[in-house]
Amino acid sequence: MSTTPNKPVAGKKADKGFVYLPLIAGWLVPGAGHFLQGKWIRGTLLAVSIVSMFALGLAMQGKIYTSVQEILDMLCVAGDLGSGLLYVVGRMAGWGAQPIQTTVAEYGTKFIVVAGLLNIIAAVDAHNLRTGRKQ
Amino acid sequence: MFQPSHFAAVLLFALFASTVFGITMRDTPRGMVRYGAYCFILFVGAAIVLSWVMLLIAR
Repeated sequence: MSTTPNKPVAGKKADKGFVYLPLIAGWLVPGAGHFLQGKWIRGTLLAVSIVSMFALGLAMQGKIYTSVQEILDMLCVAGDLGSGLLYVVGRMAGWGAQPIQTTVAEYGTKFIVVAGLLNIIAAVDAHNLRTGRKQ
Repeated sequence: MFQPSHFAAVLLFALFASTVFGITMRDTPRGMVRYGAYCFILFVGAAIVLSWVMLLIAR
């Protein structure tokens, strides 16, 4: 009977450097986690998708959540925070501060939240590439 | 202000979400394209089907 542990096969590069750097970089700047590992096309597509979604959300007069009024707002704040520096820049610049008044603005708000959630998925993917769990 | 139609908003959402899903959920470029296209069709198809269901319920 085999007693080999069921661990993912990690490449040699997983032993060098800070393993969580692509995760953190990918969270702060969309696509940066992939750029750090030379995955230029994947990183570019991810960055374009996430930044476009965030920007279109703002263009639709979507709202960036800043405080928690209800329990569901907490989830939206968590989603917005997934955008990393985009969220910080948006808050500093005062983008998305106006209240939601139209249906399109509601869609825009969801675009911004989902952009953050997609960025978290992309950052975790960059971490998986770094650890060798994914090729 | 950018004011897309509801269907255009669905198409944009599906395009960006499918791109990220395709890249992150598959290992090979071919698999990424196939899975991305699959997700896009499911997003848009589900929106169309649910729209018809809501129309029928509203009558």
